[in-house]
Amino acid sequence: MPAATSDPEFMTITVQVKRYDPDTETHRWDEWQVQALPTWRILDALHEIKWEQDGTLTFRRSCAHGVCGSDAMRINGRNRLACKSLVKDLNPAKPITVEPIQGLPVIKDLVVDMDPFLQAYRDVKPFLIAHGNEPTKERLQSQKDRDRFDDTTKCILCAACTTSCPVFWTDGQYFGPAAIVNAHRFIFDSRDDAAEERLEILNEREGVWRCRTTFNCTEACPRGIQITQAIAEVKRALITRRV
Amino acid sequence: MATTTSGAGAGSRAGKRSGKKGTLYRGREGMWSWVAHRITGVLIFFFLFAHVLDASLLRVSQSDYNSVIDTYKNPITNFLEYGLTAAIVFHAFNGLRIIAVDFWAKGARNQKKLLWWVVGVWVVLMAGMFYPILAHSLHRIFGY
Repeated sequence: MPAATSDPEFMTITVQVKRYDPDTETHRWDEWQVQALPTWRILDALHEIKWEQDGTLTFRRSCAHGVCGSDAMRINGRNRLACKSLVKDLNPAKPITVEPIQGLPVIKDLVVDMDPFLQAYRDVKPFLIAHGNEPTKERLQSQKDRDRFDDTTKCILCAACTTSCPVFWTDGQYFGPAAIVNAHRFIFDSRDDAAEERLEILNEREGVWRCRTTFNCTEACPRGIQITQAIAEVKRALITRRV
Repeated sequence: MATTTSGAGAGSRAGKRSGKKGTLYRGREGMWSWVAHRITGVLIFFFLFAHVLDASLLRVSQSDYNSVIDTYKNPITNFLEYGLTAAIVFHAFNGLRIIAVDFWAKGARNQKKLLWWVVGVWVVLMAGMFYPILAHSLHRIFGY
């Protein structure tokens, strides 16, 4: 393999990471220079730093292909998945900043405690609730009924949306966009019988009415879910009591 | 993967500390219109404080009311008045946009277009109100 410096495609990028040391409970910014290809993802640059320069850098990643939702970070001031953000799309001439997602307790460097986020998800009962007799065949559904909630089935629970929300930053009790998206997925499912129950949960003080329609969640979603639209649909369902 | 092409520690300046705390979230039109909505809302709220106080003077004494209102008759307050109108017009039309986002099925999808409509109407109205509101001050400052 040719050396990086002799390959005209490689360029030097600067990566600045906001780190947190749990032993001293202090934040600091560290900076590294990495030889990177324009087609590299930010995750590749972070791997390069961790594997070749500083093994103490801590971040989460699992599948590395935009499916598992482990590596949501604030990159250049915006929530994204590190495995879906290319160097060439981020103005590599300037330092690239990487911070942990905001609003959840930081455990170390870029790793945050996802428990409050996942608790809000559990609270909306994200599973099929059907009353009456079990069908002997599959639960049939028309294409139209399936399309009704298609958009909100795409969520990967990466928390990029919830931690981009100014309401969530200041009020951690707010259910947050991700929980509402996952409630929407069942509220508008014709096979589910617990829409009322979920709507009541989201009608609470910290439910959908906290949404201020800043659209940060919609912009941040790596799956392109129209989140603010989904939240507005839940608001309308609460008012009209029709799903 | 090509990570091996870069030597360990090559050009690294690890440990360099900078003073910055964190980056400002780079939200887009939706976030900034929300920020502007908040700021204009607070401005209008503070104006209402002053407005309720000076208007309530009418019940106390007419001459006191007149003397307070007289202190407003200067170009600085006039420009503040124009600023207040700008805040109210933006807040009002963006409020309609937010209602559309919440209650119109296509509102959320068209929120950016709606915002540019709000800004467009705001520019036209503010341009139209420039002279009617500021005529007194313009005469006084430029003397024509």
